[in-house]
Amino acid sequence: MKIVVAIKQAPSRDSQLKVNASGSWIDDADLAWEINEPDAYALEAGLQLKEKLTGEVVVLCAGPERAGQTIREALAKGADRAIHIETEKYGPADPLVLARMMARALEAEKPDLVLTGLQSDDLGYGQTGVILAEVMGLPHATIIMNIEPSGGGIKVKRELEDGWFQHVEMPLPALLTIQSGATKLRYATLMGIKKAKTREVRRVAAAELGGAGEASIRLERIYTPEKTKQSQIFDGPAKEAAAKLVEKLRFEARAI
Amino acid sequence: MSGVLAVLEQRDGVLHKSALEALAAAQQVGAELGGKVFAAVLGSGVDAVAQTVAGYKLEKVHAIDHELLKQYTPDGYTAALKALIEAHRPEYVLFPHTYQVRDFAPKLATALNRVLVSDLIAHRVENGALVLVRQLFQGKFNADVRFAGEPPYFASIQAGAFRADKLEVGSAPVEKTVPELKADQVRTRPLELFRESQRAVDLGAAQIIVSVGRGIKEAENIAVVRKLAEALGAELAASRPICDNGWLPMERQVGSSGQTVAPKLYVAVGISGAIQHLVGMKGSKTIVAINKDPEAPIFEVADYGIVGDLFEVVPALVEALKK
Repeated sequence: MKIVVAIKQAPSRDSQLKVNASGSWIDDADLAWEINEPDAYALEAGLQLKEKLTGEVVVLCAGPERAGQTIREALAKGADRAIHIETEKYGPADPLVLARMMARALEAEKPDLVLTGLQSDDLGYGQTGVILAEVMGLPHATIIMNIEPSGGGIKVKRELEDGWFQHVEMPLPALLTIQSGATKLRYATLMGIKKAKTREVRRVAAAELGGAGEASIRLERIYTPEKTKQSQIFDGPAKEAAAKLVEKLRFEARAI
Repeated sequence: MSGVLAVLEQRDGVLHKSALEALAAAQQVGAELGGKVFAAVLGSGVDAVAQTVAGYKLEKVHAIDHELLKQYTPDGYTAALKALIEAHRPEYVLFPHTYQVRDFAPKLATALNRVLVSDLIAHRVENGALVLVRQLFQGKFNADVRFAGEPPYFASIQAGAFRADKLEVGSAPVEKTVPELKADQVRTRPLELFRESQRAVDLGAAQIIVSVGRGIKEAENIAVVRKLAEALGAELAASRPICDNGWLPMERQVGSSGQTVAPKLYVAVGISGAIQHLVGMKGSKTIVAINKDPEAPIFEVADYGIVGDLFEVVPALVEALKK
């Protein structure tokens, strides 16, 4: 089975993020970067499927040069090769423009299955996978917890709201967006890290894939949200803060 | 301006709890932009639910009825709604931001060469155009987003962003449509819905909830927070990662994939406050947040907060409660 896993590089989860001076995006000068967490689970799902069914895992990543590091880490975990769509620093205009580039980059690949995380930790549109499925003409399912072969296709476990789940059967090729947390993530082994250095990374410039497509939505400004609630924040020594909070809960909020 | 269409989610004739919020959003946007407001429900045998929707102030309710829409599939819903939108050309199409909408709305927008603005929390009108507000970086920042190019413009609305109790009632005609759908257009086969846990715990009934998140670091540390729950006579709950790790059972999860709660007091310990968690608890009467990061989004909804190390703060709270 040929599995493509689409991943994104995002600021690492512990980052102290700040809006840049013009309010166009975050100040990304001194950030640490890592694989977008939901995509790490998509990669894990792809690697597990490959181990079960044999085949190949191809990582697809759109991003500037720094994304190469995240691609290497995916290869070190066991992906066989990678395609890096090299974009400008801030990437494509919207997720449809991005998905069209990804589809073009995959034209020669003809994957059986395309996997990606259910959303990104930065923009959080939660759409790129579904849009890519439509652009590639593939059936899809989102928020997937488990994948198993079934007949000539697959049977997946989809998460719904309020603790409900549903199995869905579908033919291949198909696209799935993977829910975080359904399995444990593996670490790269020393051997994996060594092997990753020899694995193929095909670099394609975004421009070659029609990169500067026209946007349908425009992100105008980002900013720290105004507080809608007047919070009373206590800091200082834990004991004093705790005493103040208990007093407030008893006599002001009357919550206890 | 040729109107605002709200696509309302229903299952077995029951509207999704966020559906009427999307309808309220459509009424509000319609009033502000001077456009007529329409609603659509999809399914098989949707007459009764369409009649319910017809009790609000609307131009028309579209009841899209087909055997192949009995169970939700992204292919079926996309084909049916694409035909409706192409026939009636609404300028804005609004959805509640449900799991189902996340599954098909980006596909529908793509099929019409547009991009959905997902999960919006607020909006305003500037020079006759909508400016939408959505969250970035797990709720840490907000962004203003505008549509570019030609309509239709698609947006989905976060639970709680608009209030269903502000809906204007009325009496609207229902127009039934049977879309042209063929079985081979629907490529996925949905099976029965099921639940895994027995839901022995009804967090919805709890007066006080102490909830624990990633900040707890290890399973063994849950005991620290359990002591606080005991001291308060509270139910213990958690954010998603804690339940994924198996540190607490899934039935104790609060958030979009778990339970929605609104207790008298909600104490969030080591929870940063990602959107998926906030939608499950922001209706609580009093919210307390304990977190080491003063910038954590949980403080946006908190009435009281302590910025500090939970491993110092929580035991101190337990002590203070004894006094």
